[in-house]
Amino acid sequence: MKIIKNAVAGTLESSDLFIQVEPDDEELHLEIDSVVANQYMDAIRAAVMKTLEEFHVTTGKIFIKDKGALDCVICARMETALKRGGVEES
Amino acid sequence: MSKLVASVREAIEKTGLKDGMTISFHHHMRNGDYVLNMVLAEAAAMGIKDLTVNASSIFDIHEPLIEHIRNKVVTGIECNYMGGRVGKAISEGILEKPVIFRTHGGRAGDMENGSSKIDIAFLAAPCADNMGNCSGKYGPSACGSLGYAFSDAMHAAKTVVITDNLVPYPLKDTSIDEGYVDYVVEVPQIGDPAKIVSGTTKITRDPVGLRIASLAAQVVKHSGYLKDGFSFQTGAGGASLAVAKYVEEMMKKENIKGSFCMGGITGYMVDMANKGFFETILDVQCFDLKAIESIRENPKHQEISAMRYASPAAKSAAVDSLDVVILGATQVDVDFNVNVHTDSNGYIMGGSGGHSDTAAGSKLAIIVAPLIRARLPLIVDRVLCKSTPGETVDVVVTQRGIAVNPRQKELKEKLIKAGLPVKDIEELKQIAEEISGVPRTVEMGDKTVAKVLYRDGTLLDVIKNVKTI
Repeated sequence: MKIIKNAVAGTLESSDLFIQVEPDDEELHLEIDSVVANQYMDAIRAAVMKTLEEFHVTTGKIFIKDKGALDCVICARMETALKRGGVEES
Repeated sequence: MSKLVASVREAIEKTGLKDGMTISFHHHMRNGDYVLNMVLAEAAAMGIKDLTVNASSIFDIHEPLIEHIRNKVVTGIECNYMGGRVGKAISEGILEKPVIFRTHGGRAGDMENGSSKIDIAFLAAPCADNMGNCSGKYGPSACGSLGYAFSDAMHAAKTVVITDNLVPYPLKDTSIDEGYVDYVVEVPQIGDPAKIVSGTTKITRDPVGLRIASLAAQVVKHSGYLKDGFSFQTGAGGASLAVAKYVEEMMKKENIKGSFCMGGITGYMVDMANKGFFETILDVQCFDLKAIESIRENPKHQEISAMRYASPAAKSAAVDSLDVVILGATQVDVDFNVNVHTDSNGYIMGGSGGHSDTAAGSKLAIIVAPLIRARLPLIVDRVLCKSTPGETVDVVVTQRGIAVNPRQKELKEKLIKAGLPVKDIEELKQIAEEISGVPRTVEMGDKTVAKVLYRDGTLLDVIKNVKTI
């Protein structure tokens, strides 16, 4: 599956995150900025990758500004961003 | 004789300010203070270097300090609280000498016992006469209590009063009197009134905050201290105020008459006193306009100095008679040590203020904080900075449960019997980690950027620099 258009999901409120996705045919570009990067960067990256795998998305640009969201929130926002970006549930 | 001088520069010249001296400031103007910046800008323009600034608190408005540090005008800082702006620069290692953090009581105590010497104190005075009698209660920049400034005025070698409201001699209601004052300067403005205090302080509407506050009030009730003569201190934060609201409801229901409330005072505490729930208010600092109006007009509302509030060098201080205090925390560890100096990444963004003074003095010190903030668990194995020792902390209240210090066996029994959700502190830590995941430990650098002195002057902890990537 591919991201076919630009889309966003989430907010910049504390305990939430803001996600922007953009199409890219060639590669996967993932940029994460988090207020809890020191404590949880690995977990955030893992949650994002898990959602991408679930939707079989292997390419695209993904920009994340995280304000301390839990894994379940990260997955939910990712799912919304991907669906808005034209990725269909498989 | 006249103490009146024409300008801040003239005052600095007359006091004989020289390289290497220590100058002091108080923080009742809070984030609206112009005086610290004004004096340092003048000192810098005069080419003075190597000053130590001892300010009861440093706020974001004092950001020009960073430039003065770079230019070696300021080479030492001592304070009880430091806001995030200057705190970040300090954490990144801008200052060679470590910052000295004290508590509100410890700062006054160290001045009294001579271990902290002030060469020149600069007092921001919302009103003053030409001989230096001054008060915070009147004038366009009124801030209410001048509590923290008393020790500066009394113990500094020279004291300069800076006012934007010069009144005819004698000022009719004096807080700090002329006997301590060398010079008086009139300036157009000592602060921005809109930032000196908040218009109103409001009780939180956040359900998590209200749940924590309600549990904390239950702890107060079942501790046994909520009876006639009850004394109480709480902060200005929304959740702390909510505790006051619930405590008020209980006092009303059981017709309890308290003795005093204390601390930084808000309109809410003023209302409680006026409704008869407390005999008197002991006020070291006003947080809002209602508190300022009250300290000016209400005889039940007393101004107290930092010495009277919390000094361990005094024969007694009001904290020694305090029953219950409600306090906050950025981190608490499994030994009940509390961090209020740094954030979870180790950046300085606060300080003890009266935290460890009231925890030590009070019979019951309750920490209220959400179990998780922006994914970060409140409870950790080891706090990044020990601001208040665990021995003085009795209870930690979160929305998911209440941890009682194992030293307080009787209290723990009482709370369990009352049906409150008492949990082991390790268990609370685990609940948070199951939700958030286990956080990676933050690694600090090797340079000591601050020393945290306990209220008796002993070294409690050091803060290391933050490693910047």
